[in-house]
Amino acid sequence: MRTIAYRDALREAIREEMRRDERVYILGEDIAGYGGTYSVTKGLFEEFGAKRVKDTPLAEEVIAGAAIGSAIGGLRPIAELMTANFSLLASDQIINSLAKFHYMFGGQSKLPVVIRMPGGGGAQRGAQHSQMLETMYAHIPGLKVVMPATPYDAKGMLKSAIRDDDPVLFIEHELLYSVKGEVPDEGEEYTVPLNRGIVRREGTDVTIVTFSRMVHLSLQAAEELAKEGIQAEVIDLRSVRPIDLDLVLDSLRKTNRVVVAEEGWKYYGTGQGLAALIYEYGFDYLDAPIGHVAGKDVPMPYSKPLEQAALPTRDDIIAAVKAIVPAPAGAGAGA
Amino acid sequence: MAVREATLAGLSREQLLNMHYQMVLLRRFEEKAAEEYTLGKIGGFLHLYIGQEANGVGMFSALHPDDYVLSAYREHGYAILKGIDPHAVMAELFGKATGSSKGKGGSMHMYSNEHHLIGGQAIVGAQLVMGAGVGLAIQYQGEHRIALVLFGDGAVDEGAFHEALNLASIWKLPVVFVCENNQYSMGMAVTKAWAVSSLEPRAAAYNIPYRKVDGMDALAMREAMREAREHAVNGNGPFLIESLTYRFRGHSMADPAYYRTREEEQMWKATRDPIALFEEKLKAAGIMRDEDIQATNEKVDALVEDCVRFADDSPFPDPDSLYTEVTLDGAGAIAWRNKPSTPRE
Repeated sequence: MRTIAYRDALREAIREEMRRDERVYILGEDIAGYGGTYSVTKGLFEEFGAKRVKDTPLAEEVIAGAAIGSAIGGLRPIAELMTANFSLLASDQIINSLAKFHYMFGGQSKLPVVIRMPGGGGAQRGAQHSQMLETMYAHIPGLKVVMPATPYDAKGMLKSAIRDDDPVLFIEHELLYSVKGEVPDEGEEYTVPLNRGIVRREGTDVTIVTFSRMVHLSLQAAEELAKEGIQAEVIDLRSVRPIDLDLVLDSLRKTNRVVVAEEGWKYYGTGQGLAALIYEYGFDYLDAPIGHVAGKDVPMPYSKPLEQAALPTRDDIIAAVKAIVPAPAGAGAGA
Repeated sequence: MAVREATLAGLSREQLLNMHYQMVLLRRFEEKAAEEYTLGKIGGFLHLYIGQEANGVGMFSALHPDDYVLSAYREHGYAILKGIDPHAVMAELFGKATGSSKGKGGSMHMYSNEHHLIGGQAIVGAQLVMGAGVGLAIQYQGEHRIALVLFGDGAVDEGAFHEALNLASIWKLPVVFVCENNQYSMGMAVTKAWAVSSLEPRAAAYNIPYRKVDGMDALAMREAMREAREHAVNGNGPFLIESLTYRFRGHSMADPAYYRTREEEQMWKATRDPIALFEEKLKAAGIMRDEDIQATNEKVDALVEDCVRFADDSPFPDPDSLYTEVTLDGAGAIAWRNKPSTPRE
């Protein structure tokens, strides 16, 4: 095991899969000479050349469309969209074509397409560069939507996504690219499934269900809560479509309390959808209403203090847990 | 000269009679589909190709079997020409399990891997950007074939047109783009929708060669397609053809076409019917006789009747197929969890 950054883990996954399978290629804006807006594809052009590392014009619809068409023609494209915000320009191809073909054509078409994009706020990039849009895509049957939180999962899940014959939207987070974590040595083969969550921390008093960057804040919150005698279990969903509901329900049966934590907006979002599923299939096991931590219901402001106020924090998670978990016996006043 | 040896445009009598047969089949198939729609056998939208047959028949006669075709939603004819059994096309219109997309697609979504028909797209312009991708796969794998991308004048108004033609040109992709300009995008006249009167200046803007063709002349369409294919398949990049054509019916069965005059329609039907024009030409060249036409009409009528019988007799899809083929591995559907929540012990 080594410790490497999330962006390096992604690059290793792409490089290993491109070496393994000639059909795998990447396309996107500034991924070749520039090395990728977030340096994920740095060095790949030098190794694989212009045929397999393709710089495109600023044209998101044809990036997605070309990925789809080339998959029909027998290739296994990895398209990089510079940000999830720009994916809206490609969303017709993603929602109306990519998600539909296999079903709409009676199972005849196969689209092994990966579309990578970073989402999320926290870097003062303003309203049009800070959105978490996974809800929009997770809503759509026919897509797989994954959001790994660690370098280990980033590499293992990207490899799985590239090998998967279904379309996969791979949503990264701007603030995760420099996060470091343990990853097996290069060449040491492993993959991570696209349909399984994972228990990041075991606990007995409450289950915090989360994904992407909020996993890290949830783990920090759990550490703080432990100091006050509250043992939180933290589940990293890793995939928001499909959702590993069994893992969540198993944890609920143990803790009987759930807090859902996400960075995106609350209303009609991934977290609410998840909460609704928990109510539908696990109502009997709930001893308290489900807590929900989410981004504030505003477009992302630029100014640093305003942006920080708009984003959900570790303390928001702690407060949400305390709102539904009784204070442990012997806890000090005000705890 | 004996009828049997007569030729036109370098085609044998047999080839020419087959083109005539195909045009009549496409016409009669659509007329029959319209009847069945009126009877309630076909639901949703139904966009008929009547009037535009020379485009498909002419172009496809110059394609190779391995060439890909991507199209919009007025595509029953393309599906038949590319090799899908017309029985399966009719069954798809009826929403039956024997349909070419197992009843899950409908009129607008024909598809076949075997015949390289990459489907009817019901989002205007979507096939243009995808076509660039298919061209990329051809180029990447060094294959000797093309992607033919078919669209109407309405698709030109979409941003996809710009993105696709530009990318195809800078990457020199083996894609032939064909705009069947039937002069109306639903009800919007092309003269109102386009800032220029033809696609020629647009082709120039992307540095793509351009031909304008009479879309009521199957042989002219064939010749243009032959030239375009030759250009694209030999690594010279994309080609743009604009055909001038006319749909004799409304945009779909739901369209009474109030936006154009009956006189205009009558003029096209009376003087520019592609089948009548083709028959005149073949008769004048001594290739076809009235009895050939009659024989073709009878053969087509029988086939189309049989397609309807097949579609009628076929079963609807199994209810369980509702949940299949959402993804290859069956993941994703929440709906399978139609189980009650477990009571707490």
